[in-house]
Amino acid sequence: MEDRTELNRNLAQMLKGGVIMDVTTPEQARIAEAAGACAVMALERIPADIRRAGGVSRMSDPKMIKGIQEAVSIPVMAKCRIGHFAEAQILEAIEIDYIDESEVLSPADDIYHIDKRKFQVPFVCGAKDLGEALRRINEGATMIRTKGEPGTGDVVQAVRHMRLMQSEIRRLTSMSVDELYEAAKQLRVPFDLVQFVHDNGKLPVVNFAAGGVATPADAALMMQLGAEGVFVGSGIFKSGNPEKRAQAIVKAVTNYNNPKILAELSEDLGEAMVGINEDEIQLLMAERGK
Amino acid sequence: MKPLRIAILALQGAFAEHQQILQKIGVDSLLVRNLADWTPEEFDGLIIPGGESTAMLRIMNDEQLMMPVRNAIQQGLPVFGTCAGMILLAKEVDNETRERLATMDIRVHRNAYGRQMGSFYTEHDVNGIGTIPMTFIRAPYIEKTLQQSPSNTEPVEVLSVLDNHIIAARQGNQLVCSFHPELNEDLRFHKYFISIVQQSK
Repeated sequence: MEDRTELNRNLAQMLKGGVIMDVTTPEQARIAEAAGACAVMALERIPADIRRAGGVSRMSDPKMIKGIQEAVSIPVMAKCRIGHFAEAQILEAIEIDYIDESEVLSPADDIYHIDKRKFQVPFVCGAKDLGEALRRINEGATMIRTKGEPGTGDVVQAVRHMRLMQSEIRRLTSMSVDELYEAAKQLRVPFDLVQFVHDNGKLPVVNFAAGGVATPADAALMMQLGAEGVFVGSGIFKSGNPEKRAQAIVKAVTNYNNPKILAELSEDLGEAMVGINEDEIQLLMAERGK
Repeated sequence: MKPLRIAILALQGAFAEHQQILQKIGVDSLLVRNLADWTPEEFDGLIIPGGESTAMLRIMNDEQLMMPVRNAIQQGLPVFGTCAGMILLAKEVDNETRERLATMDIRVHRNAYGRQMGSFYTEHDVNGIGTIPMTFIRAPYIEKTLQQSPSNTEPVEVLSVLDNHIIAARQGNQLVCSFHPELNEDLRFHKYFISIVQQSK
């Protein structure tokens, strides 16, 4: 039997150096693809609107997702609620390319995440630190992203998560093997995952930035902090000129280390999404599922 | 003789994996992210990695990389395209009108095995190399070879066929495959490309 986990990790490798954009209609999906998105996240409402609307937020209508699958040739992802394996089964049935078990939707289970190893389809999960990332990987996630506060346009949390994760990885790398057993205990993850990070200085899966990325500079910041690609949610289609901003963020991820190019890309982008500051928001979605 | 150096198109996708393989076989490499990085006098071959072809094409066009890369390939620069790289090199691609390098006389079918659920691993023969591991991720295949165009000095040579579909081919100094040799430990396919680079010098 072939190893689905490996194939699913491999797909995430192909997305590296790219931008995954939230879209709500086939038209937006086509704009995202033409702008150079490496994948799209199909959802009924973008996080900024989910936040504003309040109430229970669920998996999108499969018909709406299928409309987006038909509109583009790049991979299409969709979100299910944390712990809601039945929503995940439905997304698998319509052959989604990646499921985001996401804190952006209302959690369906306040204790357990989905047993992702039972699925053929790949999962990406959010993480605020190394322990959370490795717990999700142990459950079968084949891609990790930061849990930056969605729909805010404020990058501070994504930065905090990426910095923390990278510093914890560096700390593990410098440990002796006997210290790793204690580290595994403290992180509440199996020893072999801790050992992998110790030996390789990185997660065993691809690690993207997500949450609050609104400008080419935000994207470059996250890449320089160690992200291997970027999710952009509300930042594009809540801005003044989505098409131009999308293209600029795509190129910023490719040239994240080149300030001259970044300066050109940052010119004349029109209005950025208004955004709200971390301390102004009522609901911290990153606290959902740990 | 100067040691070999290979450029890797690093606009999007799995370029780091190719770099690691080249490192393992002791070949120097450099990453091309924009037009300023395109310095053909400094390298002997080009790898176009897997990733999303639409994303790569968009950036390539915006960065004005299309013409110089196409010219270099037509003048004999050895090139190796894996998955999306094969799509960029194909003269014809179904349902795709975006400008491409279009230097190789093949017709390619994109996402030919369906969505991610159709991705698979196998081991299979490649002419002149032997049986190698093959990872197909939302992979394309070559629907057919096309009549040799004037810009090419040789016809397309089919290197591997899986279930009646062409999955690896060569035309002169151009080498393509549907799968991802950069994702497995086997180094033979990259070594095969390096031998093409050495012969071209």
